[in-house]
Amino acid sequence: MTDELVAGILAGQRRAIARAITLVENDGSEAQAILAAIHSHTGRAHVVGVTGPPGSGKSTLVNDLALSFRRGSAGHPPRTVGIIAIDPTSPFSGGAILGDRIRMRDLAGDPGIFIRSMASRGSLGGLAWATADTVRVLDAGGYDLVFVETVGAGQAEVDIARTAHTTVVVEVPGLGDDIQAIKAGILEIADVFAVNKADHEGADHAVQVLQMMLDLNSSGPQAVMHHGRLMQVAATAGQTASTPAWRPPIHKTVATRGEGIDGLVEAIVAHRAYLEQTGNLVWRERERAASELETIIQQEALHRVLAHTDGRQLAGLIDQIARRELDPYAASQLLLNQPNQAYKG
Amino acid sequence: MPDKKIRVLIAKPGLDGHDRGAKVIARALRDAGMEVIYTGIRQTPEMIAEAALQEDVDVVGLSILSGAHMALFPRIVGLLRENGLDDVLVVAGGIIPDEDVPALNEMGVEGVFGPGTPTDEIVDFIREQVS
Repeated sequence: MTDELVAGILAGQRRAIARAITLVENDGSEAQAILAAIHSHTGRAHVVGVTGPPGSGKSTLVNDLALSFRRGSAGHPPRTVGIIAIDPTSPFSGGAILGDRIRMRDLAGDPGIFIRSMASRGSLGGLAWATADTVRVLDAGGYDLVFVETVGAGQAEVDIARTAHTTVVVEVPGLGDDIQAIKAGILEIADVFAVNKADHEGADHAVQVLQMMLDLNSSGPQAVMHHGRLMQVAATAGQTASTPAWRPPIHKTVATRGEGIDGLVEAIVAHRAYLEQTGNLVWRERERAASELETIIQQEALHRVLAHTDGRQLAGLIDQIARRELDPYAASQLLLNQPNQAYKG
Repeated sequence: MPDKKIRVLIAKPGLDGHDRGAKVIARALRDAGMEVIYTGIRQTPEMIAEAALQEDVDVVGLSILSGAHMALFPRIVGLLRENGLDDVLVVAGGIIPDEDVPALNEMGVEGVFGPGTPTDEIVDFIREQVS
C-alpha cells in the first residue's frame, strides 16, 4: 500500500496525494514511511506563506495569486499550484469548519491546482502539526508552487516563517495605531507586504506606517524569527557586504477585484530569485532541517522513554511532583536514566 | 496532537441560494468533533466531486432545496465513483419528497434527512457508518 501511494504521489495522482495527506495528518507509521520515501523528491517547490489577521482577505488573495501563477506572464511560464488552507480547530469540541474553499471557487476545475483544507488541531503557531509534511507531499507530487494560508493570525503566530520560503503578510487599513506596527511579531516575518482592501479609507496611511517600520528596521542586520529564537540572516554563509539586504516591498491590493495582484506576483518571484542568488535559500533549508531533526528527536525520545516506563511508576512520580515531594527535573532524570532503557525502537 | 477525525464535505449543488440549513448542519457536525469543509452555494457536481477527492473526506453532505436532486445527485455520486471514492458516505438534506428516498438510497445516497431532523440523529448516523 505504501509503495503504491508513493508511486502515485510521484506520478502526480491526485487521489494518492489526498490519501497521503490524510495519513500525514493522522500521523501513523505509514506516514513516516511515505515521507521517508518521498524525501529525495522534495525541495523543488517554491513555498509561499500567506498570513494576516482574520478577515483580511487571505483566501481571496491566494485565489487571485494562484490564478495569476497558473496563467503565467511575460518571462514567467505558467506554474502548477498547491494550496494548503488552515483554519482553527475548536478547542471545545475538537471539530472545525474549514471555509477557505468558498473564496477559491475560481480555481475549481483546473487540474493544475490542488487545494487542501486543514484544521489546526491544537497547534498554536498559525499552522497545523502536519502542514510542513503536507507541503512535502505536494512538492513531491510535482506542484511548482505551494501556498500555505495560515489561521487568521495577529502577533505571535509566526511558524509560517520557517515553513515558507517567502512569507506574504497581509494587512488591512484601519486595524491599529502605529504602535501596533512596531510591536514584535508578525511584521518581522514579512518578505512581502500586501495592504489589502486598499480601496478602503486609510490604505495610504497603513502603507506609510509599514514604510516607517521598515526604515527603523533597515539599519541593523536582517533577522528572522525561527523556532522562537531570533536568527541573524546577515551573519550566514553566502551573505556578504556586497549582497544587499532584502527590503520587503509593500503592495496595495483589492483582492475581490484582482487589483494589484501582478505587483504581488512580481514581488514573490523576485524574492525567490533573491534567496537563490544570495545563498539564502540553502541556508533556510539547512535551518529548517536542523529544527525538524530536533523536533523529531524530541518526539522519538519521549516516545521511547514512555514506552519503557511503567504506567504506575509514571503516575507515582507525577503525584510526587504535584505534592512537592519531588521536582520535575529530578523526575525526568530518573526516567531518562532508567537502566532498562535499551533502545528497541 | 494528531489523531483521526471524521472529515465531511458540505456542499450545495444547483442554483438555490438558501444555505441556512447547510450551515446549521456544518455547525452541528463541528460541535460533534468533525472537520467540516464548507464550500458554499451553487456548486456543480464536478466541483463537489473534485473537492471530495482533494480533501479526502469520509462523508459528502448535500443540501438542496431546488427540487433538482433527482437530476444532480446521480451525477455527483457517479463522479465520486469515477474519482475512485467508492467508500465515501453520501448523505443529503433539504426539501426531498419521501417518494424519492428509495431511489436515492438505491443510487448510493445512504442517508436522507428532511427538515426537523434532530442534528444528533445525523451525527449518530455518520459516526455509525464511518467507523
